[in-house]
Amino acid sequence: MTGEAIAFYGLAAVILVSGLVVVGSPNIVHSAVALVPAFLGITGIYILLGAEFVAGIQVLIYAGAITVLVLFVIMLTEGGTGLRQQQRNEQGPIGASVAVAIAVLLIAGVTHTTWGRGAGTLPAYTPGAIGRSFLGTNLLAFEGTSIVLLVSLIGAIIIARKEE
Amino acid sequence: MVTLADYLVLSAVVFALGLYAVVTRRNGVAILMGIELMLNAANINLVAFNKYAAPGAVQGQIFALIVITLAACEAAVGLALVLAAYRSLETIHVDEINVMRW
Repeated sequence: MTGEAIAFYGLAAVILVSGLVVVGSPNIVHSAVALVPAFLGITGIYILLGAEFVAGIQVLIYAGAITVLVLFVIMLTEGGTGLRQQQRNEQGPIGASVAVAIAVLLIAGVTHTTWGRGAGTLPAYTPGAIGRSFLGTNLLAFEGTSIVLLVSLIGAIIIARKEE
Repeated sequence: MVTLADYLVLSAVVFALGLYAVVTRRNGVAILMGIELMLNAANINLVAFNKYAAPGAVQGQIFALIVITLAACEAAVGLALVLAAYRSLETIHVDEINVMRW
C-alpha cells in the first residue's frame, strides 16, 4: 500500500464518519460542527489531487466562512434547533432507500466504466495557471461569477433585514 | 495506487449522504448543510477529472472554484431566507412552513 493510498483511505474515513454525523446527529449543533472535519478531509483530497489553490479556498470559504455562518443562524433561530425538537421527518426509510439506490447506481456506473487517461501533466504550480486562465480564457465566467456574488449578497441583506 | 474510480466512489457516497440529509431533515439549516455536502461531492469529481482526464489544463479546478463561489452565494441567500422565515413564522421546520399567503 503506497503512501497515497493510505492518505486517501484515511481522508475518506474522516469524510464519511463526519458526514454520517452531519446527516444523522439529533443535535443540530453537532451536525454543524461535524461539517468542519468533513470539509477539511475534502481539502486533503484536493491536495492529493494536486489542486493546492482549490484546497486553500476550500479551507477559507467552507471550513471557515460557511460553517460559522451556519452556526450563527442556528444561534439566531433557537426555536427551531432545541434538543426537544424532532429533527427528522417521517420520510426516513424512503429517503434512506433513495440515497442508497442512487449511491449503488453511481458506484456501479463508475466502477464498470473504463476511464481514459488524458495526456500531459498538471502544471507544477497550479495557482499561476488558474490565475492566467481566469484573466484569459475564462474571463467571462469570472466576471459573471462576481456579479452573481454581488447580487446574492445584496439580496441576502435585503431578505434578512428587519421589516419596519 | 489510487485510481480515478476511487475518487468517484467517494464522491458518490458523499453525494448520497447529502441527499439523505436533504430528504429527511426538517430543519432548514440542516437541509442547507446537506446541499453543501452534495456540492462538495461534485467538486471532488471535477478536481479528480481534472487530474486524471485532462491534466494538461486546469479547467476542472476553475469549475470547482466557481462552484465554491456559487455555493457561498447559495448559503448566504438560503440562510437569509431561513432567518426571514423564522422571523415571520417562528419556525424553521420546512414541513410547518406551508402558508401560501400571510
